[in-house]
Amino acid sequence: MSAVRAQTFLWLAQRGSAAVLALAVVVHLATMIVAVRGGLSAAEILERTRGSVGWALFYGIFVLAVAVHAPIGLRAILAEWAGLKGRAVDLALALIALTLLASGLRAVYAVARP
Amino acid sequence: MSVAAASFRRNDARARGHAAYWAFVVHRMSGLALTLFLPLHFWTLGMLLAEAPAFDMFVSWTGAPMVKLAETLLVLGLAAHLAGGLRLLFVEFVGWRADAQKTMLSLGAGLAIACALAFALNGG
Repeated sequence: MSAVRAQTFLWLAQRGSAAVLALAVVVHLATMIVAVRGGLSAAEILERTRGSVGWALFYGIFVLAVAVHAPIGLRAILAEWAGLKGRAVDLALALIALTLLASGLRAVYAVARP
Repeated sequence: MSVAAASFRRNDARARGHAAYWAFVVHRMSGLALTLFLPLHFWTLGMLLAEAPAFDMFVSWTGAPMVKLAETLLVLGLAAHLAGGLRLLFVEFVGWRADAQKTMLSLGAGLAIACALAFALNGG
């Protein structure tokens, strides 16, 4: 893939994931504001999420969008503010994306498993 | 210093006085903070796989004033990143006019602060 094509692909991935995240974050903010009323507990969270296919799907898509969005944003910050770019940086960012995806999906499983 | 470099510097300083520059800084810093927070967030939720008591102990720690403040700042950062991101999407894909930018920035900032306050006061 040429550098221009790669840049365009990353730009599209960043904007596409941002559109998904916009909806997800609105729901997440609203849930958080409601959920903290009267304190937070494991039982209270699990009562809402455990065994719920809807929440599992919602948080699964949320995590996927975050794993795409955050490393691309980090890439721009590293390049523009720290002068770090190139193949090694991109590989490290790909690893960060995979780690976020794996740990995020593990968290989703923890709250939504049957 | 060349004329081009001097002119760039002057433009640069002028650009930094604009509200959109500060929106850019807030967007970057909030994005960075949220990215750094995510591993901790996922690790904590992962505790629910086996150790609900460990999770509850962690949550009780988040009741400490400084942690509560950090948490509220994160909610503020999330809401600010959302508002800033929505502004960018609308500018790039819907073609929002430049003269409405300051109004949109103010609305976004207001919305973000309202979310953080709702979170902080509701949990109190």
